[in-house]
Amino acid sequence: MADLTQYKNTWVFVETEGGKAKPVGYELLNPGREIADKRQEKLVAVVIGRGVGEVAKQAVAYGADEVLLVDDEAFGYYTTDAYSKAVTELIEKYRPATVLIGATTNGRDLGPRVSCRLHTGLTADCTALSVDEDTGSVVWTRPAFGGNLMANILCPDNRPQMGTVRPGVFKRREADTARKANIVEETVRIEAGDVRTKLVERINEVAKSINLEEAKIIVSGGRGIGGPENFALLEKLADAMGGSVGASRAAVDSGWIPHAHQVGQTGKTVSPTVYIAVGISGALQHLAGMSGSDVIVAINKDPQAPIFEVADYGIVGDLFEIVPALTKQVLARSA
Amino acid sequence: MNILVCVKQVPDTTEIKIDPVTNTLIRAGVPSIVNPYDGYALEVGLRIKDAVGGTVTVLCMGPEQAKEALKTCLAIGADKAWLLTDRLFGGSDTLATSYILSRAVKKLEEEAPFDLILCGKQAIDGDTAQVGPELAEHLGRPQVTCVIELTADGDVVRGKRESDMGYDIIECATPALVTVTKTPFEPRFPTIRSRLAATRAEIPSITAADLDLDLAHCGLKGSPTKVKKTFTPSRNKNVQMLQADSPSAVAAQLLDALRRDNVA
Repeated sequence: MADLTQYKNTWVFVETEGGKAKPVGYELLNPGREIADKRQEKLVAVVIGRGVGEVAKQAVAYGADEVLLVDDEAFGYYTTDAYSKAVTELIEKYRPATVLIGATTNGRDLGPRVSCRLHTGLTADCTALSVDEDTGSVVWTRPAFGGNLMANILCPDNRPQMGTVRPGVFKRREADTARKANIVEETVRIEAGDVRTKLVERINEVAKSINLEEAKIIVSGGRGIGGPENFALLEKLADAMGGSVGASRAAVDSGWIPHAHQVGQTGKTVSPTVYIAVGISGALQHLAGMSGSDVIVAINKDPQAPIFEVADYGIVGDLFEIVPALTKQVLARSA
Repeated sequence: MNILVCVKQVPDTTEIKIDPVTNTLIRAGVPSIVNPYDGYALEVGLRIKDAVGGTVTVLCMGPEQAKEALKTCLAIGADKAWLLTDRLFGGSDTLATSYILSRAVKKLEEEAPFDLILCGKQAIDGDTAQVGPELAEHLGRPQVTCVIELTADGDVVRGKRESDMGYDIIECATPALVTVTKTPFEPRFPTIRSRLAATRAEIPSITAADLDLDLAHCGLKGSPTKVKKTFTPSRNKNVQMLQADSPSAVAAQLLDALRRDNVA
């Protein structure tokens, strides 16, 4: 059992790509701030990448008391080996009590590698965080069984207590550019042979620059759309409203739209201001990815569809009539 | 190529119901299946075997009844199957599970080392996606997670990995561990003949006593994470249904409502 008193501070791993932060890193500084305040300790952002000095400054603006910055060629793009080495070394050096990692594809690749090396607990894909009043341990809340069941997990005897946290669940704080904090430059040596994988090619499948996690408005289609060609209807509505197009697993599995658009337990978690679900029945695994939206609109021909149970506004009808009518009126009103 | 596929037997979560009184899963009557992502991993392994030759072994940690899952894998095309089972393993979290699996891999590798270990990206019951990477870490092997396709060429595997914007093509020398997500192709079906043969197959078991194992790292006691409580997600919204004579009228109602809510 670890001596828990040797470990202090809450860390947020701010994932970067191409010199920019993934949104979830800034989002996690928000619950990270609350955990650090409750435990009366510092909130530290860990920024690793190449040309990421600006991300470190942003992390301060979003609430970090200190930033550990690793800025090096070796971290120009994500590799399991280089990043897990860097994060593990930093944890061993500073002994944080808590580590939050965004549950992106890379975050979920990195987290278990690091927690296993440190022989500590990692809770996957959390959707809520709190601090246990009695012990000061973090209570990690996560869905399981395809979103049918929620579980509260504790890591009582090992440190750091680690978790990956779903993107889009927490909102980032207002950036305070006047905030000042220490940015500590760290060096992690990556030797030849440390990195055992080779990135051969990147394939960008997303038609437009979509970032569902940051979209204010999402128009999403499911099986009821009927085929790939009909996503054009949703695109027109999304364009008119200044939003992005999402999809259910059924639509993605049918090959109608690339998986990068997928919302749900096995896709992205989104929390836009308005989520319009078109022809989506509302399987639990889809609801797991969008029920945090501010306003949910459901358009479906089946009045019994479970999507209506989480919707704020429901329209029972033919999407092929209603969606074009909506597009037309949005355009007319904004003209 | 000597390939190991790790599989888990899971309840079919699409069939799961929650007891509204106790807030627990009603497992009675829910069919047990091979975790679908593990099925994709098996298919990826069989395709590599088809292409370059070799052996596909499946390993499943679970209770006695998980032999059914292994028989399914044999019927689909696996060459050998092992059940990893012991009461001492009960209650293991992902760290303990991956540790036990790693010791079993070491045991099986006394015969011949595995060039490639395949796991499903995640199990559909726990949804953690952690056992694969943790197994790779225990074994000190490189990993590629979330691939939809994998090919082998000599001692290098090349995978198409999901990324936030599309896919990355990643190469890795063997021995390596790869986790597999939904593939663009469907797993093959068993034939009647292979199903019959699998039904009759004897599945050998590996227990704690067979392994070089630190029991302090197994089971509930060896698990750093503890489930404090479980509950059902709340759904307490009241939907307002919009109706009108024409699509344009109902569209107008919706846009008025969104404007009132100050969201569009």
